[in-house]
Amino acid sequence: MAATPESAREVRTGLWSRLARVSHLWRRSLRTRVVVSIVALSALVVGTVGLLVMRQLTDGLTHARVNSSVGEAISETASAQRSLASSGGSAFDPGTQLGQLAENLVSRGDARGYDVMVRGPIGGAGATISQGVRTTLGLVPQSVPARLQKDVAAHADAPLDGALWTYAKVRYDKSRTGPRSSPAVAVGTTVVLPTDGETYAVYYLFPMRDELSTLHLLRRVLLTSGLLLLLLVAGVTLLVTRQVITPVRLARRVAERIAAGRLEERMHVRGEDDIGRLATSFNQMADELQRQIRQLVDLSRVQRRFVSDVSHELRTPLTTVRMAAEVLYDARDDFDPVTARAAELLRGELDRFENLLTDLLEISRFDAGAAALELSRTDLVDAVRHTVTAAQPLADRRGIEVVVSADGPVVAEVDPRRVERIVRNLVTNAIDHAGGTDARVDVRLAADEESVAVVVRDYGVGLQPGQQAMVFNRFWRADPARARTSGGTGLGLAIALEDARLHGGWLQAWGAPGQGASFRLTLPRRAGDPLKHSPLPLAPEGADVGGRA
Amino acid sequence: MVTALGASTGHPRVLVVDDDPALAEMLGLVLTNEGFEASVVERGDEALAAFRERRPDVVLLDVMLPGKNGIAVCHEIRAESGTPIVMLTARGDTIDVVAGLEAGADDYIVKPFKPKELVARIRARLRTTAPEPEAQEVRVGDLVIDVVGHQVTRDGAAINLTPLEFDLLVCLARRPKQVFSREVLLEHVWGYRHAADTRLVNVHVQRLRAKIEHDPENPTIVVTVRGVGYKAGPTPDAEAGASDGGDA
Repeated sequence: MAATPESAREVRTGLWSRLARVSHLWRRSLRTRVVVSIVALSALVVGTVGLLVMRQLTDGLTHARVNSSVGEAISETASAQRSLASSGGSAFDPGTQLGQLAENLVSRGDARGYDVMVRGPIGGAGATISQGVRTTLGLVPQSVPARLQKDVAAHADAPLDGALWTYAKVRYDKSRTGPRSSPAVAVGTTVVLPTDGETYAVYYLFPMRDELSTLHLLRRVLLTSGLLLLLLVAGVTLLVTRQVITPVRLARRVAERIAAGRLEERMHVRGEDDIGRLATSFNQMADELQRQIRQLVDLSRVQRRFVSDVSHELRTPLTTVRMAAEVLYDARDDFDPVTARAAELLRGELDRFENLLTDLLEISRFDAGAAALELSRTDLVDAVRHTVTAAQPLADRRGIEVVVSADGPVVAEVDPRRVERIVRNLVTNAIDHAGGTDARVDVRLAADEESVAVVVRDYGVGLQPGQQAMVFNRFWRADPARARTSGGTGLGLAIALEDARLHGGWLQAWGAPGQGASFRLTLPRRAGDPLKHSPLPLAPEGADVGGRA
Repeated sequence: MVTALGASTGHPRVLVVDDDPALAEMLGLVLTNEGFEASVVERGDEALAAFRERRPDVVLLDVMLPGKNGIAVCHEIRAESGTPIVMLTARGDTIDVVAGLEAGADDYIVKPFKPKELVARIRARLRTTAPEPEAQEVRVGDLVIDVVGHQVTRDGAAINLTPLEFDLLVCLARRPKQVFSREVLLEHVWGYRHAADTRLVNVHVQRLRAKIEHDPENPTIVVTVRGVGYKAGPTPDAEAGASDGGDA
């Protein structure tokens, strides 16, 4: 009895899991739902019909029994009265005559299968006094309902014409073998004993054993046939739903395969019924999808091809121009000042033009979905130091100190060239916005179990509220009036964001006016793993965080 | 056999294979200006004949060429000579670069490039032919390397290596215990001062292994050190190893 709370909880959870499984089945399987609903409804109908039929049968049977019982009782009583009358009024004392009467009735009753009870005299002075009771052997006198006895007693003075009846339960004592009780029809009549002129009540108890067993049999038959009917309904439903659901399931499977990229999968069309039409429409849809996807793939291929061609076609003349510009630049000392300056400008702008072209091609490669990762295990600390060293000349020109700090190696599975490009873009951007001379840029690295992060922080003008997400927009400038000095193309951060996305990583920005800005790159340690958090905070404490990639 | 590159007196010869006349002319101008003797071919299918005729010291090869593409030309030249080949590619795309390197190109340069960069690449390819004042004969595994004679032999039989593969092997074999990172190899063998594409190293190590290893799948002479780079495998002859050790 002493169930511990644990075991109670176990029972409950067991029950819950079973319930959950059932509800899962209910939700997932159309067939289960249809079969269960139809069987339940059929059970309701069959049950109701069965009950009504049973009620009718019971009524009919008992009615017939009551009628025959009452008839028999009346005729028995009449014949008993007649034999009493013929035997005369003074031949015996009342006791003997009553005894004979009872014996007579009982023996007839035994032969015909009913029980008899004679009681009396009733009515008159002796009505309330205990009266003699004679019964069939073993019959318990209380079998005759008191109400019937009272009704009969009411007719003590005016002898009953006909009979009174009621349902009763006949009971026997130990002297009888067989069942102890059975439902019965109790019929009450009266006789007048000629010897004393008193009225006696004669009760007949007609047991309804046969009717009862008939009813039991009928109930069994009804139940069995009802159950069989339900089984039949269930079977038919299963069969029908199978015919409907099998094609639906097939359609689902084919749809799943198509979704998985096997665009050539089609449904097997059979017949011209609704299922056949479903298959036809489904296949039409798949055809259309396949056509459109092919078109998109072709477009993307054309686009990629175009980018590649543009790349080649632009680069070859650019190479020539570039070489020519270098030759002119190298020879500028021989030119007059104007031409010399022009050669310088030509060379400088060619650098910008080239960077812009490179970035544009890179962006269009991302847009065409043609960018792919080349993963290798890389220590990001090395990559960052490398990049910072490369950016050192720019930083030195601006008098900006770039400080790299890391607690240890930060190893992750990344595309090192892309990561270096991200960091290069972030560092160049930070140097660009670090503010006046003697400013500094902090580059911090950290790693945890699942991810690695690089945060590039500057202490310059910072970002206005709402600019955090805009910094990654193509060709976006915080202040259009401000000139680019580092030769940035305006695509650096956009490319960095695409590079981070390609890794399944985040690139986020934070900034506040006058407090500088912070860019955080977070990458999963193993390529393809989902990111949940970053090992480094994006913003200094107490600042709110901007958008993420 | 290995082409005797050092034999060129005065002006090293450069064969430029490029279909763009303006670029070809510009390349010619710049190379001549830098003291090279440049000749130009505009079609891929004429490249091999020109190569045989001019015997250049370096070939500059564009990828997209009429007649025959650069990769195929590279295969043809490589089939009969180890002459350094530098591919001119318009794309930094992996597939192009790797295809070029696997076809036997020693190096590649992405358009648009600066003239100085190009000249540096060419000089780096030519520089490697200068004789080394160090050990004349180096052993690694069961290979004997004759540094001066530019010859690698196994059991007396010569193995054909391109100058670049030869340099790569010598670089590793001279310091048998040292692990070389790809960046260091790029600097020593290719002459890159800034880190460049480490795929260059990977591809050439594969090519070298295919020529010198007994089983290129399980290399014993050029061994990969995971996460770091490459080193020379053990040499059974301890004496030879000791004599080569003095490379300071």
